[in-house]
Amino acid sequence: MKIIEETMEHIQENVIKGRRNKEDEDFEGGSVGELGVEELVGEALEGGLKPKEIIECINEAMDVVGTRYESGEFFIPDMMASAEAVSAGMKVLEPHLASTGESMDKFVIATVEGDLHDIGKNIVALFLKGGGFDVIDLGVNVPAETIVKTVKEEDAKLVGLSALLTTTMQRMGEVVEKMRIHGVDAKVLVGGAAVSAEYAEQIGAIYCKDAFEAVKVAKGG
Amino acid sequence: MREGVLVKPYERLEREQLERIHNASLSILRDPGIVSYNREATDIFKENGAEVSSHGSYWRISIPEELVEESVKHAPSVVKLGAREKENSLILDGKEPRVRFGTGSEANVILDMDVEDFVSEKTGIRSSFPVFKRRRGTVQDLCQAAHLCEHLQNVDFFIRTVNIQDEDITENNKDVNKFYASLSNTKKHVMAGLTNVEKLDDVIRMAEIISGGRGSNEPIISFITCVTKSPLQLVDDTTQNLIEIAKRGYPVSISASPQGGSTAPLQEAGMLAQLNAEILTGMTLAQLVRKHTPVLYGSVPLRVRMDNLDNMYGAPETNQYNIGGVQMARFYKIPCYSTAGIADSKFPGIEASVNKQLSHLFIALSGAQYIHYAFGLLEGSNTFSPEQAILDDVHIGIIKSLLREQKIEAEIGQGVKEIREVMSTSHKMFTRSTRKYLRADEFIPFYPFGGDGNETLLKARMRKEELLSAPVEEIPADMKDVIFQEFDVLDRIK
Repeated sequence: MKIIEETMEHIQENVIKGRRNKEDEDFEGGSVGELGVEELVGEALEGGLKPKEIIECINEAMDVVGTRYESGEFFIPDMMASAEAVSAGMKVLEPHLASTGESMDKFVIATVEGDLHDIGKNIVALFLKGGGFDVIDLGVNVPAETIVKTVKEEDAKLVGLSALLTTTMQRMGEVVEKMRIHGVDAKVLVGGAAVSAEYAEQIGAIYCKDAFEAVKVAKGG
Repeated sequence: MREGVLVKPYERLEREQLERIHNASLSILRDPGIVSYNREATDIFKENGAEVSSHGSYWRISIPEELVEESVKHAPSVVKLGAREKENSLILDGKEPRVRFGTGSEANVILDMDVEDFVSEKTGIRSSFPVFKRRRGTVQDLCQAAHLCEHLQNVDFFIRTVNIQDEDITENNKDVNKFYASLSNTKKHVMAGLTNVEKLDDVIRMAEIISGGRGSNEPIISFITCVTKSPLQLVDDTTQNLIEIAKRGYPVSISASPQGGSTAPLQEAGMLAQLNAEILTGMTLAQLVRKHTPVLYGSVPLRVRMDNLDNMYGAPETNQYNIGGVQMARFYKIPCYSTAGIADSKFPGIEASVNKQLSHLFIALSGAQYIHYAFGLLEGSNTFSPEQAILDDVHIGIIKSLLREQKIEAEIGQGVKEIREVMSTSHKMFTRSTRKYLRADEFIPFYPFGGDGNETLLKARMRKEELLSAPVEEIPADMKDVIFQEFDVLDRIK
């Protein structure tokens, strides 16, 4: 039991340090050779821990990362390294989740038609993977029809749309409208430089100011 | 040791042009020569072959070229400045363009900043705004300025920022209190001018007590003396200061501050010939008093405003003159005490910072070893603003980062590796590699005083409060006891 507890602690420690595996460095370039999240998740499973318990443990560590970001101690690269580490751990967990009949919620994400900007969208996608979602990333410049079709086929309950420009932002409303016409019932999260809470409300979507908020909203917070 | 930033210097003037300025300065020193109001200096020049004629209240001295050239050869290229904390010591090498920034001036006015709320008549919205009050500087202000500068990362040395004008400060106790206020609040190198040359030995003794007897080989204090009143007149008291400091072997900056358009030619060549002649006069005298006296080439030229003849530090010519000064110092292989960062604006903030950043950049780029005036000075050099000093610290950090040495050979392999790694990720962002550098001092992750409206100054004020609440290691009690017994240190700064 003590070994399991230690492994859990190590997982959390390495999520915070943003170390995917033993090849990764920590903040100051140290820790190379020590086990990372990927290997530690494997150990935890072998030790008999359930995937759900591991996910909970990871989520707790990501909360710490979020708090440190809010306080100014962590920067975006730190958060992304942590999210990458979690994502690496989730890959190890995925087959075990499937075999135990547990599944991850699907999240369809895209940058809308006419817009090629994807830094923000990619960060959100990475965070969602780290948050335990099955992310279907459609890329950039994606027509409304493709997004709606995918959401329907995948039976996803969550959609994330990104736009940097005020001109392309209008496409978000089109996606929501098309979903309504086709009877697709999913929660739509929007974000990006041009988007505001007022605009989101106007089109019937939810505005998320950053990747942390997107994960929170996706989890129903 | 504070290493400074080694730069690849910007050379505005060619070697041949520096030689022409050198020759022009020598020619000026012979004819018309200099006017001297100091008897001992006059005698020293005369004994060493200068022609002297008496004119009642002053002497005119014609200095031979070879006397100047021979004397300047004895000035050391390397000047070592110690500090209470050994890690803060500086090795200034006149042959090496390694840049450091410090404070300066002896500002008469302290600008206090307060924050008040105002309500818009139009919208009814309440907002916070900075309000300012000007007042005369005191010894406690000097303590506070030294304390603040102790915690400002980019202040490499401390020159007294405030002229202490308390009612109980007299000509007899000003030097001791000025140096004690500085030394007891910062562990960096301390430099100042002398008010009363008779107190020089007191000040040196006090510094030797505090440094545990390190003396003039690793002096924790050094001096500034402006021996000439432009154009080309040796002032009696400051010249005497130089003679006495040189006799004791302490480092001294021989500063000259000709004003282009009033007390010096406006055009660059004439200004530089005069500036250089004035500094060479002091350097020659210092070496004649005592060979190998450590001197700094104190270049403080500036242009004046044409409407009222006030100093105009923001003028482009001021920067041109100063770059020339740095190059002349390098020509002689003497460390340069140069000038940057004074704003003409009376208030801290955007206008002042733009004004300052122009000279910070150019003078640092020219490779001056010891850049004074760089923190908190406004309204020429008449006002010191702690909030502006906080902003200057960040801005100078930006300049230091900008000018740091490139590491292409060391970094190229890593760069290619990073690109390969990132191209295999879904997000294609250079986060993992960036992260490592975030915690290195040479990068600022973002501009810390950004914000809407007045937030910059409000944030600077908050930062000032934080830094002033962080303690400074005190001078040990036994040393203090000796100092208080021997010298007239005011009770309120003990």
